[in-house]
Amino acid sequence: MDRLLTIITVGAAMIDDFFVRALLAGIGLALMAGPLGCFVIWKRMAYFGDTLSHGALLGIALGLLFELHLELSVFLVCSLIAVTLFLLQRRASISSDALLGILAHASLAIGLVVLSLMTWIRVDLMGLLFGDILAVSHHDLTVIAGTLVITSVLLSLTWRSLFAATVSRELAEAEGLNPQRAEIIFMLLIASVIAVAIKIVGVLLITSLLIIPAATARRISLSPGQMMLVSSIIGVFAVVLGLTGSLNLDTPSGPSIVVASVGLFLISMTPLAHQIRLQFRRRIT
Amino acid sequence: MSEKPLIKLTQAGYQTTDRWLVRDVSLSVTQGEIVTLIGPNGSGKSTTAKMALGILKPTTGEAFRAPGLKVSYVPQKLMIDWTLPLDVAHFFQLTGRLSIQAQHHAIEATGISHLLDQELRSLSGGEFQRVLIARAIAREPDLLVLDEPVQGVDFSGENELYQLIGTIRDDLQCGILMISHDLHVVMAKTDQVICLNGHVCCSGTPVTVSQTDEFQALFGLRGHADIALYQHHHDHQHSADGSIAHNHHSGCSHD
Repeated sequence: MDRLLTIITVGAAMIDDFFVRALLAGIGLALMAGPLGCFVIWKRMAYFGDTLSHGALLGIALGLLFELHLELSVFLVCSLIAVTLFLLQRRASISSDALLGILAHASLAIGLVVLSLMTWIRVDLMGLLFGDILAVSHHDLTVIAGTLVITSVLLSLTWRSLFAATVSRELAEAEGLNPQRAEIIFMLLIASVIAVAIKIVGVLLITSLLIIPAATARRISLSPGQMMLVSSIIGVFAVVLGLTGSLNLDTPSGPSIVVASVGLFLISMTPLAHQIRLQFRRRIT
Repeated sequence: MSEKPLIKLTQAGYQTTDRWLVRDVSLSVTQGEIVTLIGPNGSGKSTTAKMALGILKPTTGEAFRAPGLKVSYVPQKLMIDWTLPLDVAHFFQLTGRLSIQAQHHAIEATGISHLLDQELRSLSGGEFQRVLIARAIAREPDLLVLDEPVQGVDFSGENELYQLIGTIRDDLQCGILMISHDLHVVMAKTDQVICLNGHVCCSGTPVTVSQTDEFQALFGLRGHADIALYQHHHDHQHSADGSIAHNHHSGCSHD
């Protein structure tokens, strides 16, 4: 009993440490980003993710302007952009590539203009753009934990439809799945991950947290489920390495995490990845 | 054999914002029946199939799908991106869990047991088709829909595939809806052929046709009863843009 109490006390004390909070937030984020990132690269939606994350800055600006909860306003703006894109792509009068470019830079630029017009608020722009490990509060941890739970539940419910539609939308629909619903849920999940990721990696680099661990995981995975799991684990590694580097070298947290994940990706390009793959295969057969 | 249709279209048509893809199509597939849709590219075969499956809602007419109908779909083509680590065994469970027994049966029927741990990307055209069909069988469907099942398969493979499709119908007693762009070669086992070109040009059983000299010639030439020639004469001509120039007023009747 005493021991348990000690553990709890020590644990509570640790969460008071800003670095531990940043680590926990980053790990939670990486766990969510793993499977979602796999879908982002499977569905070739990297640029879509970029557009949403640029939109996050507009979300922050509007949130500050109207004094809303910041994560909520980012989530709402990103969701709005996602749904707009989804509807516009059905019409397809403009190529989706151009559309994404227009929306991405429009929302980033409007966000920056609005932020600089609000002279009464001092904003740490570097922190917003590239992440700031000092910024993670207790409240943020709660929000991330909640998002992690919701993401896990929704993704485990919809992943089969989503995956089947990734392989062949026609096939999924013909065999009675509902890919459209799964895709809308997926986009909302991306929006929520972006909303909670800003403090850790910053607006400009969020997509890399989705894409790089997933691409790394692809090198060693044999099945889609395994790739999602491995992607999460690699993301956690990158976060721990990156944040440690950020603390010791006094570098911005976002770029540090991205540099770490690129490092892991490069390692996966070496023959080592092939060895791991063989190990996985041997275990199966 | 039940006479209740699994799927049924009644004078269904589908219109996009600027044109009709297909109009006035009526068809039904019952249990144990093979229906083949033929027609050139852009004739509305896929649109018709999608309406029948309930993926597209017809602009006019009606589409009926039996409640609780279990469909297996073999798509025309499937691009598997490098980023997807997907082997045959996992691909089997793409749209739902399957019983081990049904999987074994399907794998045996299609002869793909040696491919199970291969990645889909590494399969040849013929192997890929077999895998697609194996997955479709393993679902034990009420209705099997095949979109251009012999595309990218060489001639002897084509024969085998047609034979396999006949066997599936006998084994599973499911309805089969097949789509083909090949106007001349249709399966002998087909119960009904519907020729589309923006509308139903003609329809009928290939059985009557199979007694013609042309069929005999083909039968002798190709050495297999699974392929029949379905020959038909139009009383109208399709001009290059697909519109119809009628020779006389009788509409679309066919021999």
